[in-house]
Amino acid sequence: MKFILSYAKKYRVMIAIGMLIKLSAALAELLLPYVLEHLIDDVAPLQEVKLILLWGTVMLLLVVYVRQTNVRANRMAVGVAKKTIYEIRRDLFWKSVNLSGGQLDEFGLPSLNSRMTSDSYNVQSFIQSCQTMGIRAPILLFGGITITLIMDAGLASILCIMAPILIAAVVYVSLKGIPLYERVQKSVDDIVRIMRENITGIRVVKALSKEDYEMRRFEDANREMADRDVKAGIVMALPGPVMTFMLNIGLTIVVVVGAYRVNDGATQPGVILAFLTYFNMILMGVNGVNRIFMMMSKANASANRIAAVVNSEDELMPIPAEEAAVTERDGYIVFEQVAFSYGRHPEPDGETGEKEWEIPGTDIKLQKEDRKNSEAGGKASAEDRESSGADGKQSDISECSNGKTAESARLSALSRFDGQERQKCLEGIDFAVKKGGSLGIIGATGCGKTTIINLLMRFYDADEGHVFIDGKDVRTYDKDELHRLFGVVFQNDVIFADSLKENISFGRDVEAEEMRKAAGDAMAREFIESYEDTYDHRAVVRGANLSGGQRQRVLIARALAAAPRILVLDDSSSALDYKTDAALRKAIREHHADTTTIIIAQRISSIMALDDIIMLDEGKIIGHGTHEELLRNCPMYREIYRNQMGG
Amino acid sequence: MASRDTIRKKPKDTKGTFKRLLHYIGYYKFILILVFALCFISNILALLGPGMAGSAINEAAAGVGKVNFDRVFYYAGRMLLFYVLSSLLTISINIIMMYVSKWIAKGMRKDVFDKLMRMPVGYFDRNQAGDIISRVSYDIDVVSTCLATDVVQILTSLVTVAGSFAMMLYISSALAAVVVVTIPAAIIYVTKMRRITQPRFAKRSKNYGIMNGFVEEMFSGQKTIMAYAYETKVAENFDRVNTAAANAYYDADYYGITMGPTVNSINNLGLSLIAVFGSFLYMGGRISLGQISSFVLYSRKFSGPINEIANITNELYSALAAAERVFGLLDEEEETVDREAALELTDVKGNVELRNVSFGYEKNKTILHNLSLKADAGKLVAIVGPTGAGKTTIINLLMRFYDVDEGRILVESRDNRDYTRRSLRGAYAMVLQETWVFKGTIFENIAYGKEGASREEVVAAARAAHIHSFIMRLPQGYETVISEDGGNISKGQKQLLTIARAMLYDARMLILDEATSNVDTGTERRIQKAMRELMKDKTCFVIAHRLSTIRNADHILVVDHGDVVEQGDHESLMARRGFYYKLYASQFE
Repeated sequence: MKFILSYAKKYRVMIAIGMLIKLSAALAELLLPYVLEHLIDDVAPLQEVKLILLWGTVMLLLVVYVRQTNVRANRMAVGVAKKTIYEIRRDLFWKSVNLSGGQLDEFGLPSLNSRMTSDSYNVQSFIQSCQTMGIRAPILLFGGITITLIMDAGLASILCIMAPILIAAVVYVSLKGIPLYERVQKSVDDIVRIMRENITGIRVVKALSKEDYEMRRFEDANREMADRDVKAGIVMALPGPVMTFMLNIGLTIVVVVGAYRVNDGATQPGVILAFLTYFNMILMGVNGVNRIFMMMSKANASANRIAAVVNSEDELMPIPAEEAAVTERDGYIVFEQVAFSYGRHPEPDGETGEKEWEIPGTDIKLQKEDRKNSEAGGKASAEDRESSGADGKQSDISECSNGKTAESARLSALSRFDGQERQKCLEGIDFAVKKGGSLGIIGATGCGKTTIINLLMRFYDADEGHVFIDGKDVRTYDKDELHRLFGVVFQNDVIFADSLKENISFGRDVEAEEMRKAAGDAMAREFIESYEDTYDHRAVVRGANLSGGQRQRVLIARALAAAPRILVLDDSSSALDYKTDAALRKAIREHHADTTTIIIAQRISSIMALDDIIMLDEGKIIGHGTHEELLRNCPMYREIYRNQMGG
Repeated sequence: MASRDTIRKKPKDTKGTFKRLLHYIGYYKFILILVFALCFISNILALLGPGMAGSAINEAAAGVGKVNFDRVFYYAGRMLLFYVLSSLLTISINIIMMYVSKWIAKGMRKDVFDKLMRMPVGYFDRNQAGDIISRVSYDIDVVSTCLATDVVQILTSLVTVAGSFAMMLYISSALAAVVVVTIPAAIIYVTKMRRITQPRFAKRSKNYGIMNGFVEEMFSGQKTIMAYAYETKVAENFDRVNTAAANAYYDADYYGITMGPTVNSINNLGLSLIAVFGSFLYMGGRISLGQISSFVLYSRKFSGPINEIANITNELYSALAAAERVFGLLDEEEETVDREAALELTDVKGNVELRNVSFGYEKNKTILHNLSLKADAGKLVAIVGPTGAGKTTIINLLMRFYDVDEGRILVESRDNRDYTRRSLRGAYAMVLQETWVFKGTIFENIAYGKEGASREEVVAAARAAHIHSFIMRLPQGYETVISEDGGNISKGQKQLLTIARAMLYDARMLILDEATSNVDTGTERRIQKAMRELMKDKTCFVIAHRLSTIRNADHILVVDHGDVVEQGDHESLMARRGFYYKLYASQFE
């Protein structure tokens, strides 16, 4: 909540004005039944047409006033919500793209996505609704109670007894309903899991003719889900009719007690009539306050998730020169006794507070229940309903995006930041590459190859030891200055939905000629120039309209384009056939002789011609030297060579 | 993204979809008729309530000391009774509808899943898992939610509107004329506003969609963006997207937010008119105080559902669109059924022959041209070539995931389409590069291919696959549960598990997609050993990545650009100095 306030603070004047307007509108609305009562009880018996018309006009003016002020205030609220959420998203996005590797691991991609989308929608709709409803509902509730107390304290006491019971009933049901929905959610997860297993393993399932078995397995999960769904649904569907039930009992009591009081001369018949109206108003107030609370807890959870990112510390800031390490070693890139582990673990509950709300359909159901409540109440104000309608659309959208992000959460659960298991680490990594030299790194998946790059580019800071580029501690470089030295292709690197030109030049000022050269060296020129619109050809998201080999060539062209000082290729030739791979290596050798090159590979053939090769195993260097030296001295290297080359 | 877009679209074939939906509902028609009856009664009772309240107030209005309490209690008692009964009925309707809608959803989910099991493999190649799953997890939910609430809602609204209007007419037809002013005003306003807001809300959703997509894309490339110091540019792009989204929201809600207060004001206007005219009528003695109060209550009830209608139609449409997506999946073409007199393939020796086979996934894009190949029992066929469609295509044909366009595939000298799919597929064991395990114990994962496998058999297979000792080191041994996607065991061990599965399956023919060496050397060695054992005495089709496998193969198919460019054994292919020679040599460059 603090977080939202810190953004909304700027607009406090506007919010205050809006709320004042709202307040006057709510008060005017409260007057309506009062005037009605006056008209019927006091004015009508006087038989004065003029007076009736006069009071009628007063009512009419009130109606118009209420409408205009509400619209005005609502629009202001929308404006505030728009500006606030724009700023929140802007800051969140900026922070997100600047997170360190460790922070990114901690939050996780899917979670960042949903913070950016569904969480921001939640916050937005809360900022809007708490302004449009935040005044009205309490005013209706307390104003209604106050006025009835003034009109007839005796009758009003019935209300005072009913209201808390109503609130208690609603709170009880929502408390009971949420755990039930968590169980439903578990079932949904099961269903989705079984479907996913079957879709990814369809060939195995079919090959083994296990279709019937899988259908049975699904049916079990399906039945369980339906059972749980019914149970949760019933609990959540009850508050509406129960509220109506309570209300109607209250009404009956009012009528009976009212009759006694009229008989005793303690009250007027018109008062009973007005009471019925106020009764509904108070019910609406209860409803509204309840909704605001629900929305608040939801928005609060979302805001906390956003704040966790926005307020996270800026890591990877350049350290002052006096704290930097120095090295005596010669070499453009130097690793000095480096040790590292991915110490931080992902938040066990990265989705804090979200579970309760990320239930597909629940939101809609809640909305509908609300609608029904007001419906049953008989005269819920249209505004209340409409704002819930708009809100319903809102949640619909976030629902979809939730569904989608949850989707991608599962899809990309494996392709986290480095695509490797977290506990793997580096130990005693020590090597130097001279300017213009080349280094190959080979080893099994998870042995720490990519981690070396992560440290070199300072996505993470080493736990022990130091990394130097050009004699300077990498931690002293400004982040962008450091990164501009590099041309890099990561494992599973991404092509963005943009022109090939932009994908290659990537925000750097790359001349057309230079770009063609880079494309040529990356063996991408031929296929790019076969397009009618050549370099303006648009790639779709993730480059899905390119083949695996084409994607990789574009990525390599990107890495080569701005004449980088350091070229890093992380397992980026795997989608290239041996021939292309060989041609690429030749082009790099010939055209980028000054570039210091680091190539990570699975295939020995990709690195065997490099100046220097490191053989990694479980985070340690177990062999270091040229291809020939390693063949002689490193048994593991020899074995891989034999395996791959069939020697 | 597809799911969001289509869900907000109007359904294409409303009528057809509606009919099919009715088919699902039809199963519960007696229950539904009962619900309708209950609903009707409950609403009529609820409508009688205000009348009773009015009568009671009328009695109370007699004045000081003149109230007839018997009458008051009579009416108040009725009022309470009607209301209580109505509430009880509503509660039971809700419960019944909850059951019905969830059961329907369950039925639809079952149908979809069963359908998936009958679908050809190609469907899963063409469609994203996420999209298929969203039909089950999201679309069906939308449909069932709509059934649970909207159906009752519509009925309630109809009864309420008609009933309360009748009551209003009954109380005072003159006063009911007020409605003539307010209702058209409300309807005209709502429809007019919808015309203004609808496209704006659509635009808002679209902009949100664009923003979701953008964010997802950028975050997934965060490391790359950082590595190229591209953040500022990306932030600029995002600013555009963000501004567009914020503006679209403002634009839509600027108008949307007026709807509530306006409809509310029309209702209040009605109240004022009733007050004024009611007073006149009261003056003329043509209406009593109690009647005015009942009238007010009814008029509130009457106007209630009016602006609900817009909401409900909206939801109905989105439910129909969701149902259409579900039905669309159910209408997909299924795997062709086995031939009528299909034989059971028994007594497999392992003789396979491809005779002049042509095949393409799309009609005019033939991938295999006139391919012939003979694999006698116990022979090893290697398929090599750069990454592309060709290699897996041959496997798809062997397993009959697809049928050939021309030519024949002979298994034991008979066309493979003469056999039942089940028995044909049963003749092959298969180990794919993408290892597949499911959430379940290790035992279940190994025994997957052989129902009712004994513990001894499973252990023997695990031993043969060199993974038994690893399993025994796990705290729960064979009962260890592998998590979804097998995250808690390594890639190499997963590979060994699938080999053990194939060992247990023990078919005469083997299809093998060799994994590239991306596991540690110890495991790698074990995998190779296990594979060699698995291949013993079997007819093997191997997508080969290792030179050792290629060299030992009896027959090598060289695939490029989806065409088989060369075939023969290693020596003869090397001697040709063609594509294979270059491919082979480039590994040593």
